[in-house]
Amino acid sequence: MRNIRVVIAKPGLDGHDRGAKVIARALRDAGMEVIYTGLRQTPEQIVGAALQEDADVIGLSILSGAHNHICPRVIELLQAKDITDVLVVVGGIIPDVDVPKLNEIGITGIFPPGTLMQVIVEFIRQHVRPAASAR
Amino acid sequence: MSEGIPSASKVQRPERIRTISGVPIEPVYGPSHIEAVDYVRDLNDPGQFPYTRGIHQNGYAGKMWTMRQFAGFGTPEETNERYRQLLAAGGTGLSVAFDLPTLMGRDPDHPLSLGEVGKCGVSVASLADMERLFDNIPLSAITTSMTINSPAAMLLAMYLVVAEQQGVDWQEISGTIQNDILKEYIAQKEYIYPPGPSMRLVTDVFAFCGERVPRWNTISVSGYHIREAGSTALQELAFTLRNGIEYVQYGVDAGLDPDKFVPRMSFFFNAHNEFFEEIAKYRAARKLWSHVMRDRFGARDERSWKLRFHAQTAGVSLTAQQPRNNVIRTAVQALAAVLGGANSLHTNSLDEALALPTVEAATLALRTQQIIAHESGVTGAVDPLGGSYFLEKLTTDMEAGAVEYFQTIDDFGGMVEAIEQGFPQREIAESAYRFQKQVELGERDIVGVNVHGDNEELGVETLYINEDVSERQIAKLNELRRTRDANRVERSLAAVREVALGKTNLMPSLLEAVRAYATLGEICDALRDAWGEYEETPTI
Repeated sequence: MRNIRVVIAKPGLDGHDRGAKVIARALRDAGMEVIYTGLRQTPEQIVGAALQEDADVIGLSILSGAHNHICPRVIELLQAKDITDVLVVVGGIIPDVDVPKLNEIGITGIFPPGTLMQVIVEFIRQHVRPAASAR
Repeated sequence: MSEGIPSASKVQRPERIRTISGVPIEPVYGPSHIEAVDYVRDLNDPGQFPYTRGIHQNGYAGKMWTMRQFAGFGTPEETNERYRQLLAAGGTGLSVAFDLPTLMGRDPDHPLSLGEVGKCGVSVASLADMERLFDNIPLSAITTSMTINSPAAMLLAMYLVVAEQQGVDWQEISGTIQNDILKEYIAQKEYIYPPGPSMRLVTDVFAFCGERVPRWNTISVSGYHIREAGSTALQELAFTLRNGIEYVQYGVDAGLDPDKFVPRMSFFFNAHNEFFEEIAKYRAARKLWSHVMRDRFGARDERSWKLRFHAQTAGVSLTAQQPRNNVIRTAVQALAAVLGGANSLHTNSLDEALALPTVEAATLALRTQQIIAHESGVTGAVDPLGGSYFLEKLTTDMEAGAVEYFQTIDDFGGMVEAIEQGFPQREIAESAYRFQKQVELGERDIVGVNVHGDNEELGVETLYINEDVSERQIAKLNELRRTRDANRVERSLAAVREVALGKTNLMPSLLEAVRAYATLGEICDALRDAWGEYEETPTI
């Protein structure tokens, strides 16, 4: 079985990349293959990167409050391309009231400030779609 | 002795206690640790070179720090209302937080502004928005700090035109623009243009304000964001001061006399958890800067030697878990800033790991400062911890460590060169990851996160930014584009582009574009045409 492949992306205009970079390293140290897109990626670019890299997971880092626009767009683009086996998780500043909306579109891995890296690693291991990692 | 409480003899001290920066702490400090310290040379009285103990002889008894709470969200109208509340609650200065489209020089209707308008701060797309932001706030009676970097010159131009409209002389107004592009490349990443033209914008502002707006603080050289990005206290100190040196060097290279612009430079540091190390950082900063200005640049005006700084408590230390604990963290951090001689201070609100602060949370944060100022008694004697064996040792070590970093960066050829080779970025990323690993391994405790967690957490009410801010801002923008003099806008933007390709000061052409109601996005695009954009190589 191959390693889990993760695209870590910073969508939107925000440049605060501490969380994205720390998580990228943690996932890599946990044995995953990590592709970091860098800053200011549109949902189209992120989904494109996930396809190109044959990713099992897309990790979005959003601290600016733009998650209500960006997350649904990423899911929409994945669905439009008939991709059902990519796990999307999001880390950053996500107000509680927005969590149900994100859950509804299939994003259950939501990690606020203070989340331990180990929690994220475990979540990904447990939720990554088997079809994907066995490909 | 009851069970569970260890007797003194049984208390085991861990092998090595280290500060957040990794500096080992000994069990006790004494005269041997400060043998090399000479009072007059290294400390001296407050108000005396090298200002280790403070820049004012009378400390806070002479001038209380400015309680400046950073705020901004949604539309200019909404933020204007918050400002009036803050001023009515006893705030003594305003501090504008702009949204990401404004920080990045994009109009609200640009595709990259999707979902970002009014979220992290207030949306200011043109002079019309700046007029609304300061409606009924007399610019002659307040000072305003604006956290804006890549488009700092443009937002300053807007502020100056509003002052003009209110009939206030530019000679009289005072405030600060952050205008610190170097730490954007290093840490916060809100850059637009490549370093060369960006540094020219900075020195153009130095020169223009020196002549026309003499009380304006033209830059706030910022360690805050470097620290938030994960640096140690030492890296924050060293990179920030080395950035300061870079700006002075570019100013000198542009033909300016340091004594004409350095007195209007100010600094901005983080106030983090490690109490004594933070205080040592501020003291070392003042000492280092005075020497650099006098000895490296030959500045002769005492005001060039005196480092003035704003401090903000550490946003990154706030936790989403048990958010009420954040009040205590902020109070401890604020106390460190005060004991370190901060000239102005922002205290974070308890809900900021979750959202922008509610008015109640922001008021409590201001009250925290007021209690320190009026009830704690720490403002009586200047530099009250000066002479502490521990603090003086930390201060000395902090200074020595910074000097080493200065040398490393000088060896790169300067900070711009070091940035282009990714040096400070790598150092910070390493420190950030090291810290997080310590938390994971239980080597560093965070209450409510990896120790003393509880399952029944009390949530807090958070501010919710309406999604219709974007629509409202775009509607106003469309109206503006319909009603302004389109020819004047075109002419002014063409002039900005032309001046950008030449060497004369950009400020007059920026002021004309602002007066013509060109939008911020349009002005920044004119410069993008001339200069191109900066892109970093993504690395982890």
